[in-house]
Amino acid sequence: MNGKRPIVELRNICKSYQRGNQNIPVLNDITFDIIEGEFLALMGPSGSGKSTLLNLIAGIDKADSGVINVAGIDIAALSEMELAGWRAANVGFIFQFYNLIPVLTAFENVELPLLLSGLSKKEKKSHVETALRIVNLSDRLEHYPGELSGGQQQRVAIARAIVTDPAIIVADEPTGDLDRVSAEEILGLMDRLVHELGKTIIMVTHDPRAAGKAHFIKHLDKGVLNAGPQADF
Amino acid sequence: MQVLKLIFKNAFRHRLRTFLTIAGISIAILAFGLLRTVVDAWYAGVEASAANRLVSRNAISLIFPLPLSYKEKIRQVDGVTVVSYGNWFGGIYIDEKNFFPNFAVEPKSYLELYPEYVFQPDQLAALLRDRKGFAAGRKLADKYKWKPGDTVILKGTIFPGEWEFVLRGIYKGRTKSVDETQFFFHWDYLNETLKKTIAARADQVGFYMIGVKNPNIASNVTAAIDKTFKNSLAETLTETEKAFQMSFISMSEAIVIAIQLVSFVVIIIIMAVMANTMAMSARERIGEYAVFKTLGFGGMYIAVLVFGESLFISATGCVIGTILTFPAAKAFGNEMSQFFPIFNVSVNTIYLDVAAAFVIGITAAIIPTYRAVSIRIADGLRRIG
Ligand SMILES: Nc1ncnc2c1ncn2[C@@H]1O[C@H](COP(=O)(O)OP(=O)(O)O)[C@@H](O)[C@H]1O
Ligand SMILES: [Mg+2]
Repeated sequence: MNGKRPIVELRNICKSYQRGNQNIPVLNDITFDIIEGEFLALMGPSGSGKSTLLNLIAGIDKADSGVINVAGIDIAALSEMELAGWRAANVGFIFQFYNLIPVLTAFENVELPLLLSGLSKKEKKSHVETALRIVNLSDRLEHYPGELSGGQQQRVAIARAIVTDPAIIVADEPTGDLDRVSAEEILGLMDRLVHELGKTIIMVTHDPRAAGKAHFIKHLDKGVLNAGPQADF
Repeated sequence: MQVLKLIFKNAFRHRLRTFLTIAGISIAILAFGLLRTVVDAWYAGVEASAANRLVSRNAISLIFPLPLSYKEKIRQVDGVTVVSYGNWFGGIYIDEKNFFPNFAVEPKSYLELYPEYVFQPDQLAALLRDRKGFAAGRKLADKYKWKPGDTVILKGTIFPGEWEFVLRGIYKGRTKSVDETQFFFHWDYLNETLKKTIAARADQVGFYMIGVKNPNIASNVTAAIDKTFKNSLAETLTETEKAFQMSFISMSEAIVIAIQLVSFVVIIIIMAVMANTMAMSARERIGEYAVFKTLGFGGMYIAVLVFGESLFISATGCVIGTILTFPAAKAFGNEMSQFFPIFNVSVNTIYLDVAAAFVIGITAAIIPTYRAVSIRIADGLRRIG
């Protein structure tokens, strides 16, 4: 379902942080589109504002000015509560440190986003099992995060990100804490999400090898975006 | 997976910390319950008093007597049903440390006025028949292993001499709040002995106990009695039994207030301890709460998690503390039965325990919840790693 429509449209985004009475500009007039079904890598040096930009697209932070349109919705106009509902329905999250809830099993962690849905217990169970099958962890349902390797934990996190079937998946340094083999595995999985499930993925990374898996690479430097060389796929 | 399960699992993430907090709350609730019970015990005499009973004594002071001749005049006052009378005897059994209340009363009218002292019929008959007979509460008789027919000697303090009594009746309280440590005997025995030894002190009564038809007229009757003896040599001060009992306690009221204060201080201290526990937990989980919010969970859900955990811990402590209060109160009550003849954990105390635990749980959760709910998601996520 790789359409050519932009699913994310960013127009003149500015964002700065206030530290004391000092204003620290982080994003400076960012404008670009992300096409549906695209696997985009955001690169740039540490502190360049990658996470900040990702958070804006994912609706967990607000820009100072500019317009962010995601799947036809101006998310800057949504209230905190509407935004929470919007995130739950439209965005899947993958973090560098997996961010699983340590007291919940793999199954329960993946089930978490579904608690906000109106699904029956049976439906939830089948969704969770499907998601965990996609990440190849059907045999680890009852394991706690502490009993899984880093790569396995990140796969559980991916299952959690896709269990609600969101159109967009944001990943902030998903391989940053993994060894090479596990990182390959995770990147392979993300590639499958794009090709087989038609997801749009926006991945922040500073690992060139990871970025190499993406279709497009954009570089952020000092709050300004440069279109990078197109990756081969 | 439900919220409850998550609350439960969260509560036991730091087993030692949670265990220590629960232990602290249990001990605080136990201490609180015991202190409240001491306060109750202090007021037990007041609680046990009946609204239809009056006590009349010498207006100058309790240590001055009233003439026996007042009995008939009091009986003639409108609304009076029974008149009984007695003297505080203050005798010592073997040694001063064996304290128990003992007095001389006119037993027939006294027991009519105090139906809460329950005797077996044959023992009651024997008591009334024997002028040297005495009655003892069940606890008192148990303590000194007295059996009906045993002779007991009290050393007089107010009334000098060695006084010999025979146990005729052991009474049981009709309810748990009846004092079962009393010792009373025939007033006639005291009076007749005095006639032979110190005649000037005979026919004198320490106090009158008066029954009225119904509590509503108590104040009228009180006024009428005192008016009857106005301007006589021995004026009376008549008051309800409750007020009479209260006048003993008001002397020591400062202690009671101090105890009440301490009981609340205990709760406030444990509140601070609990608040610290919850603040530590919430601080460690701030990143997790940010994840919940990222996934679309609202502040309400996080509030339920924090409050639920806090209330779960305080409720567990409350249950343990309350259960422990009963054996502890029993042991304490046995040890202190001379001072606190009635030492029962009241239903009210249990309600207060529950209320205290609830307040502890709620207060401890307020600030951590506020922090967890109000932190920006992006800042919360930054705390991980
Ligand atoms: N909450 C905040 N308050 C103040 N400064 C912040 C805050 N969040 C991020 N920054 C600053 O904004 C800049 C960009 O941060 P970030 O988007 O995390 O960069 P990147 O992900 O590219 O490393 C950094 O200089 C960082 O210190
Ligand atoms: Mg970053």
